[in-house]
Amino acid sequence: MTIATWLQTAIADAEKRGLPDLKPLLEALARSTQALRAADFNDDASGKR
Amino acid sequence: MMTIEEFGRRLRAREVTSVGVTEECLRRIEADNPRLNAFIRVTADDALRQARQADQELASGTDRGPLHGVPLSIKDLLDMRGLPTTAASRVREGHVAERDAPTIAHLRQAGAVFVGKTNLHEFAFGTTNEESAFGPALNPHDPTRSPGGSSGGSAASVAAGMALATVGTDTGGSIRIPSAACGIVGLKPTIGEVSIDGVVPLSRTFDHVGPLAQTVTDASLVYHALLGDIAGRPPVPAPVHGLRLAVPRPYFCDVLDDEVRARFEEALERLRTAGVRIDDIEIKHANEIVPVYMHISMADAAAYHAATIETMPERYTKPVRMRLEMARYVLAEDYVRALAGRERLTREVDAAMAQHDALILPSMPIPAPPLGAATVPIGSTQEPVRYLMLKLTQPFNVTGHPAIAMPSGLTHNGLPCSVQLVGQRPQTDALIRVALACERFITPEQVSAS
Repeated sequence: MTIATWLQTAIADAEKRGLPDLKPLLEALARSTQALRAADFNDDASGKR
Repeated sequence: MMTIEEFGRRLRAREVTSVGVTEECLRRIEADNPRLNAFIRVTADDALRQARQADQELASGTDRGPLHGVPLSIKDLLDMRGLPTTAASRVREGHVAERDAPTIAHLRQAGAVFVGKTNLHEFAFGTTNEESAFGPALNPHDPTRSPGGSSGGSAASVAAGMALATVGTDTGGSIRIPSAACGIVGLKPTIGEVSIDGVVPLSRTFDHVGPLAQTVTDASLVYHALLGDIAGRPPVPAPVHGLRLAVPRPYFCDVLDDEVRARFEEALERLRTAGVRIDDIEIKHANEIVPVYMHISMADAAAYHAATIETMPERYTKPVRMRLEMARYVLAEDYVRALAGRERLTREVDAAMAQHDALILPSMPIPAPPLGAATVPIGSTQEPVRYLMLKLTQPFNVTGHPAIAMPSGLTHNGLPCSVQLVGQRPQTDALIRVALACERFITPEQVSAS
């Protein structure tokens, strides 16, 4: 799942659960996840990372 | 308040009694706790009973060791049989611990006297102690400021002379942050060394139990007792001349309050003058520490709180509830990435220390922040308080290396600054030897609020 898709889904779910205040926290988590996925210690199935 | 070391000397010289010093702690609690809110529960009757027993034992020739008769406070996150473990949360209403946590059992065996259970950030999930079902604990150096967290009440109790030392927990810095904010010593042992059984978890991956005390020697005595080594004496200080310390400047020293930086550089200069070799080094993936920490600790916290956040969400303080709700959205694949990052960072810190006895860096980039502040100014920018308070301590929860925070002087308005030493793992005693050697150069004067 891309981060953009995940964030969109998570915000919609939070709003459905009556937690609109969660949006800025989820956006912060998304930025953190972006940094985590960009790190060069990650590998992938292509064998090129 | 006297140190544990001094208390022990004077107790055995019959100059003081455990009852007398315990009564003095209880008097200070009675006088100052209404102002500082450091304690959730004061156990005066039990403490006096334990103190009388300690004095009687000593009079009859039974000496349990360095903690015999020593008044301690305990963070209200650790189980003590017969008492509630509130975790500073209404979620825990009605709880009573059936047995002692192993660490508490060790302290009882060591003859410690328990004066009470201390306030904390709810479920240890914060750095300021502001979010507590029992109200915020305040900083004895300036009650308009946070004592740090999450072991904020613990640190305040020692800084205000309400106990000779205390026991806290540290998941991202919750021993070292309040120690720094309150001007005392805080030791996070090597990961896995001190039992976390009987402790309400925040992140079982990163949780540690350890001491907050007035000196490195005292911290060492409590640390050994927590391990069950109740007769343990502090290790011999390392020779100062020839010590090799490393400063990880990129990331760790990028954003510092001017006065915190000044006290840090002054400590380095005093150490250099004493013959310590100090090199600058770099931890390559330091910038990934925050996301690695976040994805692991949040996933752990989400798992533990999943049921109660569904059934009794209104019992959490709102900010803690919101962070827990956010935590539930961490994806499994990102958790696994964070585990890989943790391995990499651990190896990098190991490598950075291969040629050094310890890392040296500030414990916290800022002095104790004002209560209610979401951001604080550093230079011309506003920085988030929570990020800053965790920034220099959480790396060593991720990697598991032992770390100790030590006072390094005061700001112009009397707020403590702190320097952190980080040792090789699993060599907590070797770190204590280095800290004992460096203490008089790092801590130039007594930083006391009591």
